[in-house]
Amino acid sequence: MTTLLTVKNLSFARTSRDNWWQKKKVFQLGPINFDINAGETLAVIGDNGSGKTTLANLLVGVQPPTSGQILLNGQRLRQRNLKQRSLNIRMIFQHSQESLNPAVTVGTILDEPLKLNTDLDTKSRQDKIYSTLRQVGLLREHAYFYRHMLSDGQRQRVALARALILNPQIIVADEPFAALDPSVRSQMVNLFMQLQKDLGLSYVFISHNLGIVRHISDRVIVLQNGNIIESGKTDVVFNWPKSDYMKKLIASHQSFVESKLLED
Amino acid sequence: MLKSSLYQEEQYPSPMSQTWQEFKKSHVAFVGLCALIFFIVVILVGPFVTPYSPVEQNTDALLIPPAWAPNGGISYMLGTDALGRDVLTRVIYGSRVTFGISIFLVLMAMLVGVFIGAFAGMNRGVRSSFLNHLLDSTMAIPTLLIAIIIVAILGPGLVNSMWAITLALIPQFIHYTRDFVRAEMEKEYVIAARLDGASSMHIFIHSILPNMIEMLVVQGTLALSIAILDISALGFLSLGVQAPVAELGAMLSEGLDVAYIAPWSIAAPGAAIFLVIVSVNIVGDGLRSALRNRLRH
Repeated sequence: MTTLLTVKNLSFARTSRDNWWQKKKVFQLGPINFDINAGETLAVIGDNGSGKTTLANLLVGVQPPTSGQILLNGQRLRQRNLKQRSLNIRMIFQHSQESLNPAVTVGTILDEPLKLNTDLDTKSRQDKIYSTLRQVGLLREHAYFYRHMLSDGQRQRVALARALILNPQIIVADEPFAALDPSVRSQMVNLFMQLQKDLGLSYVFISHNLGIVRHISDRVIVLQNGNIIESGKTDVVFNWPKSDYMKKLIASHQSFVESKLLED
Repeated sequence: MLKSSLYQEEQYPSPMSQTWQEFKKSHVAFVGLCALIFFIVVILVGPFVTPYSPVEQNTDALLIPPAWAPNGGISYMLGTDALGRDVLTRVIYGSRVTFGISIFLVLMAMLVGVFIGAFAGMNRGVRSSFLNHLLDSTMAIPTLLIAIIIVAILGPGLVNSMWAITLALIPQFIHYTRDFVRAEMEKEYVIAARLDGASSMHIFIHSILPNMIEMLVVQGTLALSIAILDISALGFLSLGVQAPVAELGAMLSEGLDVAYIAPWSIAAPGAAIFLVIVSVNIVGDGLRSALRNRLRH
């Protein structure tokens, strides 16, 4: 397995200005180190405010990191070079509702990254849009739909299609299933895993749901207050947790699962 | 005729047609729209149907009352004024000037205002807040007052009053555009577009502008009623359109001299101004509530 993405000493400090002269540090993320291999899923878990979303934003380039670097296939990613980044690392946002433009059709939404980042002509762009919609389990007709006509699950599929359309190597998914009901959620999980098998994608998967994390991820990193407190293979972390935080989290998750089983 | 459709073809309305569905539900707004369309038709085809020229004076027919009065005649439907000009013709030409020029002015102000507003909304820091606060303070002054000041500097005349009203209308478009762009820039679909490598210009045209059209239509109708009032007020004060040209406000002030013996010479242009402004405001209000209701479901 080859290393696809390397994150070296990545850190980010958020400051707020209480008065004119002094900058106050409010939140510090990192320094963070990890690798992702091709075709592997890395899950990031942690509390609210532990820096999961900030980490995702740094990876896709929404915010520039304070220090450290991100290497893709051994090449350093520059903050300015969005084209290189957007062809390889794509993001699925937390709220599918807001990540789709309400005033234009799904087809136009999917057309935008193609127009900006490829040299395809109108006909081949359209073919690409149709095939990507089929890939995520939608129909060609959905290209003519507007956001408000789609259900939550369909919106999330469109967001996934928007991420897939440039044939990326890594997809960063920020709690993609949080708003979905259990049956749709399992459909989406299966779709994610199917796509990973077919296309050899890597995922950086941010989630609260330990069940899903255990099911789909190969490796886990656990964040607390902006620092990695535990990382390793999913099996190892779930069976032999080292940190107190992870022990508690797993214990509560297991008692929840067992009580569910007893109910049934 | 088949009542139900054979196929289960559902309709998927676009945001625009959804607004139209909501708009149609309000009968008052619909009547207002019909009146507005009537006026637009009048200013477009008016010159082809009027029997007289608006400046043609007929010394044999001074102050003839409207057709329904005992000594009125059908050849002058709304009577004639003190110089023997046909009032109906002049009202049609006057609406052309007042209403037509107002539409043009609003479009110009919208174009400039949206351009500057987008610039202010997408930039941060000193440039943006300078534009914002300076122009917000001008919004506190009534547009008519600004227009009168500008006309006082440039001198009276139609073109000068057009400049004045356009300049007076621009700040509100800047303000609304800037607020709107600011709010949209935070949303995730704009971030997604930016991550695709889209430039600010591209983001504005392809992502934000489609969402902004409805806001612009609503603001445009409000600005239109202001522009009509201002242009006729300047005409009434003889600061705008000059004497022989027919303009509704100027007609009012000319008719004022003979108001007691020929009330129709002020009633006709007054009614025209009133109807145009009422219909524009009703349409604007209907649009606003249609947009609000559309968001609810």
